[in-house]
Amino acid sequence: MSAVIENHHDDHHHGPAKGLTRWLYTTNHKDIGTLYLWFSFAMFLIGGAMALVIRAELFQPGMQIVEPEFYNQMITLHGLIMIFGGVMPAFVGLANWLVPMMIGAPDMALPRMNNLSFWILPFAFFILLSSLFMEGGAPNFGWTFYAPLSTTYAPPSVTFFIFSVHIMGASSIMGAINVVVTIMNMRAPGVTLMKMPLFVWSWLITAYLLIAVMPVLAGAVTMMLMDIHFGTSFFNAAGGGDPVLFQHIFWFFGHPEVYIMILPAFGIVSHIIETFSRKQLFGYSSMVWAMLSIAILSFVVWAHHMFTVGLPLAAELFFMWATMLIAVPTGVKVFNWVATMFKGSLTFETPMLFAIAFVVLFTIGGLSGLMLAIVPADFQYHDTYFVVAHFHYVLVPGAIFSIMAAVYYWIPKWSGNMYDERLGKLHFWLSFIGVNVTFFPQHFIGLAGMPRRYPDYALQFADWNMVSSVGAFLFGVSQILFLFIVVKTVMGGKKATDQVWEGARGLEWTVASPAPYHTFTTPPKVD
Amino acid sequence: MSLKYFHNLHLKIFSALFVFASPMHADWFALNMTRGVTDISNEVFELHMLIFWICVVIGVVVFGVMFYSMYAHTKKKNPVAASFHENHKLEIAWTIVPFLILIAMAVPASKTLVKIYDDEAGDVNIQVTGYQWKWQYNYLEDDISFFSNLSTDMDEINNLVPKGEHYLQEVDEIVVIPAGKKVRFLITANDVIHSWWMPAFAIKQDAIPGFVNTAWTKVDKPGVYRGKCTELCGKNHGFMPIVVKVVEQEEYNQWVDEKKQAAIKMAELTTKDWTAQELVERGESVYAVNCVACHQTNGQGIPGIFPALAGSDIVMNQKDKNIEILMEGVQGAAMNSFSYLSEVELAAVITYTRQSWGNAENGDGEIVVPKDIVDYKKPKI
Repeated sequence: MSAVIENHHDDHHHGPAKGLTRWLYTTNHKDIGTLYLWFSFAMFLIGGAMALVIRAELFQPGMQIVEPEFYNQMITLHGLIMIFGGVMPAFVGLANWLVPMMIGAPDMALPRMNNLSFWILPFAFFILLSSLFMEGGAPNFGWTFYAPLSTTYAPPSVTFFIFSVHIMGASSIMGAINVVVTIMNMRAPGVTLMKMPLFVWSWLITAYLLIAVMPVLAGAVTMMLMDIHFGTSFFNAAGGGDPVLFQHIFWFFGHPEVYIMILPAFGIVSHIIETFSRKQLFGYSSMVWAMLSIAILSFVVWAHHMFTVGLPLAAELFFMWATMLIAVPTGVKVFNWVATMFKGSLTFETPMLFAIAFVVLFTIGGLSGLMLAIVPADFQYHDTYFVVAHFHYVLVPGAIFSIMAAVYYWIPKWSGNMYDERLGKLHFWLSFIGVNVTFFPQHFIGLAGMPRRYPDYALQFADWNMVSSVGAFLFGVSQILFLFIVVKTVMGGKKATDQVWEGARGLEWTVASPAPYHTFTTPPKVD
Repeated sequence: MSLKYFHNLHLKIFSALFVFASPMHADWFALNMTRGVTDISNEVFELHMLIFWICVVIGVVVFGVMFYSMYAHTKKKNPVAASFHENHKLEIAWTIVPFLILIAMAVPASKTLVKIYDDEAGDVNIQVTGYQWKWQYNYLEDDISFFSNLSTDMDEINNLVPKGEHYLQEVDEIVVIPAGKKVRFLITANDVIHSWWMPAFAIKQDAIPGFVNTAWTKVDKPGVYRGKCTELCGKNHGFMPIVVKVVEQEEYNQWVDEKKQAAIKMAELTTKDWTAQELVERGESVYAVNCVACHQTNGQGIPGIFPALAGSDIVMNQKDKNIEILMEGVQGAAMNSFSYLSEVELAAVITYTRQSWGNAENGDGEIVVPKDIVDYKKPKI
């Protein structure tokens, strides 16, 4: 018995392996978190470069840089890479780093599966990107891949796209199961559900959403595969199938997916606002209930993406009302953040700047979302740049700003070094201006009547398109600065204290900076 | 070859940046939805403005409190944070008040929606069919049928000549409807999903293969109104606009008569004796409208997606198979049936492809005359 304990003891004192194999074979939640974060940053740059191709083409009316065929490949890959390669893996990376430290667990519950769920991702994206070099080109049917454009009328590379989506889905499901099992079983004694940090809560809910809807996506692409190769007609009207069925299945996945990309952001922003306001979060339990309500409602609003497909009146009314209802819990969250800041003792370090920008700009995106829920008005907004502006407001200064805020907030804990505050603020202001110059004018372009996914446009949209393109390049270039700041911080810099931030609370701030390779090998004491 | 390409590219970029692409007039004030020309579209506009201002007020209040905190509650001015948290009265208030605001929005929105959902037959009923990448209009009462294609010159799109006022918003055949009458559109598609959007009427309905969606309008004010396809439908999604002209009843009746006369003339052409030269000439324009997007001007197609016609064995040597493909389409591929074209157009375009790009020299050089198509259409025993 004592020999076993001795052995166990030794295990926890060895550090990371050396060289490449450390990263290939690692089962350490911190290593895997780092891998996820770097991978998502690489995808963010690739997807961003594609966005710049799009904006360069739209700088002026007329076809200048690419052909419409290639333009459609760019919009498709930009969307897929940013969602499945950029935002989702970044949140999984943050979950890996933070969930065990926040609940006082030594690691994720299923470390080998953790390794697998990361290492299949690069292959998924290699397959997806390689389709650019295939005969017929990459997928060109939009990230929503509506049938029959994505089946009967798709380029041959669609089969590789389907395979790649399957791998991404498997990775997400494994990641989500790991998060659920870890949170449910490995909390330190005393960390009850209603004492969990909000980031942990947000990820617990997100993980359940992932487990619920990723199989639906897998089903949709499998049905496509059958239609393309095995002679079925799920979505082929000529064979008795139903193209609208595809949209119902897709958006039953797609709408919860939207919340998968924003709930972890809610958690992150709650922590940061609390820390830099030096004040307890106004309403912890109402924040938890708001997230649960949003997650549950997300299953009954999918058809608001389909108001123009010719649904019956009763369905239009139901989905309009259900969608509007989401504004209530979302409002509760925003009011809570504002109430937390009210009468706080505020300082504005880089993470706080990103978090405040998140609250303001995400709210703008939420309000335009409310406008989109109004069916008669949606007949005018649907599939125009107004929608593009809306979802970029919730995804870029929403999800992506929250990820950047999280990196600035926790990187002292991860690396042991403080980032350069002056450069961090510069990065924030360039990104903030870039995002707004890019996406605010898209509201105007959309209301004036420009449809989305157009490689060329009528002259009345020219001025604001030009402004939007200038903003996009500003935003894009600013992210090189972000890369520089992160590398500089990892390489060295002012040493961080264990507490790092004056107002920070939570178990992760009780361990050393940088966090040791193994933390909480014995559970911490929590009151 | 490469030099020529370089020259062209150079010219393209130069002209794009400095000369033709820059719009002649500024549109910095195209900021909002425009008012429509029907009762419904005006109601939609009012609804849009109502929710817009409600959102603005919510934004001003929420951000106002937040910005006030950022100004007044900094660490400098307020070194010790207050310790309050959770206040049930406040929390109930900020749940109930938004709920009431939502009801205030939902009531007018639902009322307008009920009005829009009226699928009674109209005075004029038009079937609208989306194709890659054009619209077909069938006037059900008058048996008029035509296609409507983008008429903007390719040179304008490629920045080789200045862009016209209605760049990308002009078509060869305009949809004409009578003023003051209820017009119902029955919207469907032949290949992929399209969406028929006419902002001035506040109509946006997806055109879906296998489904018929309906939308209706009653426009009192004569005029020309422009719309677009709003569902990604492939390569030329951005190049299939919609133009509707609203005219007084008398002018409408006249237009209907003219269209009917033109149809009779077209039918007469079927029985005429055609020479290869005449067919090729006519076929070239049919090809430019219907085939060029996929098979390209040089007949080379796009490798991997759209097959080449130049050098194709079917186009060179298998006349019957060639006709069959045009009439039936190719199962499981993007090639649809073009049987909706007239016999003359079909014969002309097939002959054009069989005579162009060296196909006549390398193949049997046979031509197809309208009678061949008529024979194909006869019931087979």
